[in-house]
Amino acid sequence: MALVIFVILSVLCAGAVVAMIISRNQAHNALFLVLAFSSLGGIFGLLNAPFAAVVQVLVYAGAIMVLFLFAIMMFNLRQPAPPERKRLRAFLGTGLALILLAQLILAGRRALAGVGAAAASSGGDIAHLGRLLFSDYLYAFEITSLLILAALVGALALAGKKEGE
Amino acid sequence: MGMAGLFWLVPLVPGASAFVLLLFGRRLSRRWVAWQASAAVFFSFVLTTAAFAHLGAAGGAGLSKTLLKWIVSGSVEAWISFTFDELTAVMALVVTGVGFLIHVYSTAYMAEDRAYSRYFAFLNLFTFFMLVLVMASDIVLMFVGWEGVGLCSYLLIGFWFDRPAAAKAGMKAFIVNRIGDAAFIIGILFLLANVGSSSLAAINAAPASGLLGPGLVTLVAILLFVGATGKSAQVPLYVWLPDAMEGPTPVSALIHAATMVTAGVYMVCRLNGLFAASVTASTVVAWVGAITAVFAATMALVQNDIKRVLAYSTISQIGYMFIGCGVGAYAAGMFHLVTHAFFKSLLFLAAGSVIHALGGIQDMRQMGGLRKRLPVTFPVFLVGALAISGIPFLSGFFSKDAILTSAFAGGHYVIYGLGLAGAVMTAFYMFRLIYLTFYGEEKAPLTPGYPVHESPWAMTVPLVILAVFSALAGFIGLPVLFGRRADVFGRFLEGILGPAAHHLAHSTEAALILAATISALAGLGLAFLFYRRSPDTPARLAHRFPGAYRLLLGKYYIDEAYDAAVVRPLVGGAGWVYEHFDLKVIDGTLNGAAAAAGLAGKGLNILQSGLVRDYALAFLMGAILFLGFLLL
Amino acid sequence: MIPPAAFVILAALLFILGIIAFFVKKDLLTQFMAVEVMLNAGNLAFLALAKALGKADGQMVVLFVITVAAAEAVIGLAIIVLVFRQRRSIRTDDLKDLRG
Repeated sequence: MALVIFVILSVLCAGAVVAMIISRNQAHNALFLVLAFSSLGGIFGLLNAPFAAVVQVLVYAGAIMVLFLFAIMMFNLRQPAPPERKRLRAFLGTGLALILLAQLILAGRRALAGVGAAAASSGGDIAHLGRLLFSDYLYAFEITSLLILAALVGALALAGKKEGE
Repeated sequence: MGMAGLFWLVPLVPGASAFVLLLFGRRLSRRWVAWQASAAVFFSFVLTTAAFAHLGAAGGAGLSKTLLKWIVSGSVEAWISFTFDELTAVMALVVTGVGFLIHVYSTAYMAEDRAYSRYFAFLNLFTFFMLVLVMASDIVLMFVGWEGVGLCSYLLIGFWFDRPAAAKAGMKAFIVNRIGDAAFIIGILFLLANVGSSSLAAINAAPASGLLGPGLVTLVAILLFVGATGKSAQVPLYVWLPDAMEGPTPVSALIHAATMVTAGVYMVCRLNGLFAASVTASTVVAWVGAITAVFAATMALVQNDIKRVLAYSTISQIGYMFIGCGVGAYAAGMFHLVTHAFFKSLLFLAAGSVIHALGGIQDMRQMGGLRKRLPVTFPVFLVGALAISGIPFLSGFFSKDAILTSAFAGGHYVIYGLGLAGAVMTAFYMFRLIYLTFYGEEKAPLTPGYPVHESPWAMTVPLVILAVFSALAGFIGLPVLFGRRADVFGRFLEGILGPAAHHLAHSTEAALILAATISALAGLGLAFLFYRRSPDTPARLAHRFPGAYRLLLGKYYIDEAYDAAVVRPLVGGAGWVYEHFDLKVIDGTLNGAAAAAGLAGKGLNILQSGLVRDYALAFLMGAILFLGFLLL
Repeated sequence: MIPPAAFVILAALLFILGIIAFFVKKDLLTQFMAVEVMLNAGNLAFLALAKALGKADGQMVVLFVITVAAAEAVIGLAIIVLVFRQRRSIRTDDLKDLRG
């Protein structure tokens, strides 16, 4: 059963990304990505990471992509970019990316080499995560909050309207 | 030993003065420069005299001082070490004594020159190198001095370097010397290879100890002598000396009369162990000297520039010195070196006084009747002329006679004859000079504001001192006729140069002295005839024998021959190499490297397209490589 | 049971698709979106391995990554807005000031 869900979700996700690559409309791109991230959230759930799944849907699909949509609306670019004369870079990038794919798969295989198929999934417990967050990862937590503050202030400073404008 | 123990400071003090003047001379006042330069040489003179006194004192041994081991290469060692024996004493006294007088003279002669300090810096530098040359106990160090005086000669001949003639003359001197020096170096190499030591003592002993076989001795001696012909302006490398007259007159006096050009004679005397051991080499030396003596004298007969006459005269007189060395009478050669230093520098300085008084005129055809206007210069000039002509009882008479007598005694009758002929010519051209310059009607233009006047005391006092020596110095080397003990000079140098080689009957010797006197007077008389009695004689003779006259005046066209045979091919060859090698290969390589760098830069520039996607591609490639590296 | 390898392969695939998207697209905004895809692929990999190795640290990392990605997206978009205001264009190829 889980396998079926997995297949469906992964096809959805990968397909959405491919669609995003093909489509030339920016809004369509963003929406496809919303789909992709949501299915990814589902896959997270399959991985016994409910917290991550929820956060993914809330933040990524819900907040970040919405932000992108706002930006797209602001730019309001209707016409798609004209096709390139030389698509050298795209082909080169694609080719190299495939090589990287092979490498990554190889690396992944090695990483999983000594591991049994069914390992204890002790991780998903929220309470456990919470305890980890405030003990081992306390510094990271605090600094991340600072980071968010900095991002907030930075964004305002960068893109906010000047006085009197 | 006291002060004499510091004898090794003798070269170093003028050297230090030169160093100071080279660095700071421009900022020092002229008075300071004059005093410092002269005082340095005077100090050396005093120290030399002290060391000389030490030698002369009963039981005084030769002094030596080793400063440091300089070159160590395989089995070859060269030391910086000085020695002070009788031979060195004689040379050092001449260099420092006459040098000091010339420094004083220069303070007045060069007073109006812009580059005052540079002049004295070079003069001091020259003194340093010359003293290193004569005080070295190591042949490599001697060669350093040898080269150094050559360098200073170049610097001083071309002192007024913005005059093209002077610059060319400087170059000519240096290059011709170089040719001689090349032979010298090869000689040194042979010596180092066979004797295994560069010390002069070892070299002198080498033929006797068997380290140098007879063939090798001759070869080395001749090679070294070729170097001497360059430095001492003998045939065939004499051509630079007449041109060297472009330099200031005191320079001509010091370097090209008294000291540098006599370095060759010193070297032969110092290495008499080699030369005495090879009859061939000695014969070569004697013959080259004889031929040069006559050859140069013939050219002096017709020169019109007062300094050029003296230049050819110098070449000729040095020939006499080599005759002395060649026939084994090294002491006689040295004796003539000393007396020549006195009267030739006197003659040059006096000529300088004349030129200075006339505001720069050097052509004798524009002179005349100056003996009334130059009351000090004229008498001293006369003394010098009498001395060089070999008029009895003046110094030149004794020294020249010593040489000719030794030649005769050694059985070298042809050489003796040539020497005698040269003596006649010497007297002739010297008195021709005297008559043209000081007698007859005044031709020098009397420009208003520059009256013909006598020179300042700084110039006249050295002249007088030199005149006194020119007159009296002969008495230290009286001929054997007056008894063995009379030859003070020869006996002084006996330890190094060997005893006087001849034993002639007194009557023969007296006859030879008479012959010498007669030839001197004959020359003088002919000059009187030609230039006083019937002054149109020279013109008539030139008219009768135009070819011969032009040949002599044109210096036998030797310069032109050298130019065509040696200089032009070399310059042409150098030009060819320049075009095909220097420009194409070397410049090509350099430009090519630069172009390659530029191309590489342009190539790398492609990577900097400014496009984000290109940079991302680079990231990607880097990631692939990195991962690949990790995976492998 | 789903083999962990599958998740890792999926993650790799998504990553590569993100790269391809980056190279194919020509405007800044979409390229930025592709970067987000890559980040997510990374998150997936983290979680997969966290489950496979039995540690919870992977999930912590994912949490932080998402947070930081959010902050980064904010700033990035602000910059893109500025660029747009300056140049009236967000075509990446037009931003060639680093050329040379």
